[in-house]
Amino acid sequence: MALLDIKNLSVAFTTRAGTFRAVDGIDLTLDEGEVVGIVGESGSGKSVTSLALMGLLGDAGRVEADRMMFAGHDLLSMPARQRRKLTGKDVAMVFQEPMTSLNPCFTVGFQIMETLKVHEGLSGKALKRRAIELLEQVGIPAPESRLSAFPHQLSGGMNQRVMIAIAIACNPRLLIADEPTTALDVTIQKQILDLLVSLQKDRGMALILITHDMGVVAETAHRVMVMYAGQVAETRHTRDLFANPRHPYTGALLDALPERALGKRRLPTISGVVPGIADRPAGCLFAPRCRFAQDTCRATRPPLTPAGAGADGNGLVRCYYPLGTAGKEAA
Amino acid sequence: MTAAMIGRSAETPAPAARPVVLEAIRLRKHYTVRRGLFQPPATVKALDGVSFQLEAGRTLAVVGESGCGKSTLARSVTMIEPPTEGQLLYDGRDVLGRSKAEMTELRRTVQMVFQNPYGSLNPRKTIGSILEEPLVINTPLSRAARRERALAMMAKVGLRPDQIDRYPHMFSGGQRQRIAIARALMLNPRVVVADEPVSALDVSIQAQVLNLMMDLQEELELAYLFISHDLSVVRHIADSVMVMYLGRPVEHGPKDVVFSRPRHPYTRILMAATPRVDVGGAESGPRLERVVPKGELPSPLNPPPGCAFHKRCPYARPNCATEVPALREVDARKVACHYAEEMA
Repeated sequence: MALLDIKNLSVAFTTRAGTFRAVDGIDLTLDEGEVVGIVGESGSGKSVTSLALMGLLGDAGRVEADRMMFAGHDLLSMPARQRRKLTGKDVAMVFQEPMTSLNPCFTVGFQIMETLKVHEGLSGKALKRRAIELLEQVGIPAPESRLSAFPHQLSGGMNQRVMIAIAIACNPRLLIADEPTTALDVTIQKQILDLLVSLQKDRGMALILITHDMGVVAETAHRVMVMYAGQVAETRHTRDLFANPRHPYTGALLDALPERALGKRRLPTISGVVPGIADRPAGCLFAPRCRFAQDTCRATRPPLTPAGAGADGNGLVRCYYPLGTAGKEAA
Repeated sequence: MTAAMIGRSAETPAPAARPVVLEAIRLRKHYTVRRGLFQPPATVKALDGVSFQLEAGRTLAVVGESGCGKSTLARSVTMIEPPTEGQLLYDGRDVLGRSKAEMTELRRTVQMVFQNPYGSLNPRKTIGSILEEPLVINTPLSRAARRERALAMMAKVGLRPDQIDRYPHMFSGGQRQRIAIARALMLNPRVVVADEPVSALDVSIQAQVLNLMMDLQEELELAYLFISHDLSVVRHIADSVMVMYLGRPVEHGPKDVVFSRPRHPYTRILMAATPRVDVGGAESGPRLERVVPKGELPSPLNPPPGCAFHKRCPYARPNCATEVPALREVDARKVACHYAEEMA
């Protein structure tokens, strides 16, 4: 049985201009110990998906799904009190900005111990010992003296380690990392990614890695889900996706990377922007920006269909005319 | 590979033919910080001896982690803050120690594009008045002439003329960065300092802005001082690269030389740490050993003795902790490492 099984997840926000579906019918399954990367530009619904999963959207967003199961628990019908016990313990999250997601008024030690107190019921010496152990695990030097440090006394990389320590404090089975390294320098990014991957391997934890950095997913994830305007554009095995993308959007994103354009002076671009609340097209959401769009694409929305042979054999793509098929070259 | 890498330099004349518009000689910027009531003040050497030449129509990229002095360099070069020591020459004229009037005149030759287009444009001004403001301050042009210039510049950066009365919030991130670039070009500068101009943008938008910057450079013979932490962007846009660490350049040379055969351990680590899409792909250049950098950037208040990088360096030897390596010429680039010859 899959650890996480989500069918047809939608999140809608009511705004003055009408209802906006930030996430629109997403399926996501995740096995124990699997690393899935979610990539997409800003506004594609990556973060809202993860917040919906954690139950952190509050009253602002309406979360709907056909099925939302985590390790045999039904997240939809579960009472809020019980769900809170699950989040933070079995499902944990690391947020993007380490400097703002820790509370500046409390010491690092207090914030780690808070989680342990609530979920594990630890106290006294055992609590402190466990907190030190966690800081050690995430590679913070002199962990004992750091317990009494405030977030502003630590660097961004150190704060992110503290965030990870809090997230893994209760041995979660699923860790969601939302842009965990975006605010950090490359050498620190490397350290944090290596840390996440080694923790994931050691503990058999599943990891959802949300990022806009293609390089980060390519080096970390087993499977990648490309999101566009709240929908899944393509979901593939990592190697397949980067070797031969099927969705024109994925193809265009990869072409726009400077490292793929070595020797070419001009970078290929994608014209236009992600559709907002007012200009959602009737057909394929990417059609207005797609170089290959046909009349069919503009009229009706394509469903997710098998992407053809790949290493795992079950990649999906939402396109009537995927790249690499007859009569269409990724020129 | 080779054909691809020299692609850009092949179609442009030899570097020697280009005039040097900006030259920095041993630029230093030291800040005095108070550490508390009873402690003596300390000196932060944010910039500690940086020299470079920038030619018209060329791009020098400055690379490094936060705290390495990139932004201080930008502030010194744009004369927002005068350097503590050293010389800054625009077209061979030293800018330091000039009268206020002369400084005003010189400042027009260098303009800046900032990192975050959401923060660098005044939300209460229309695009028209944002673009016209430099002209109001620096030129005696009439209202009509200013508007004409603003419209011409908008066309140049790919904005429609009917957008002139709109406010910044009505634009996307990429469009805002176009506005910021347009504003920097209003006074026909010869040097543009761009401080992380694309790092706040999505990949597809980043490509548009980089293309625009390259087109403008070609058309207007602009010299760019391009500050970035993204090595793949730098590799695409730069002609030469300067890698900085704790206020000093550690490796400085032509892009192709530095990227294909990095000689400083820090450059190698930066390259190895940058995530790549094509892992081990043949066309993306040599894949360096997976050295994981140790530790973090040390505090600039208390830099380590000897080579500032030795505590994080996987190749460090005993004398690295005591002797400061000089920046010297090795294999067609300048590098500050005692063992640069062995890094191949």
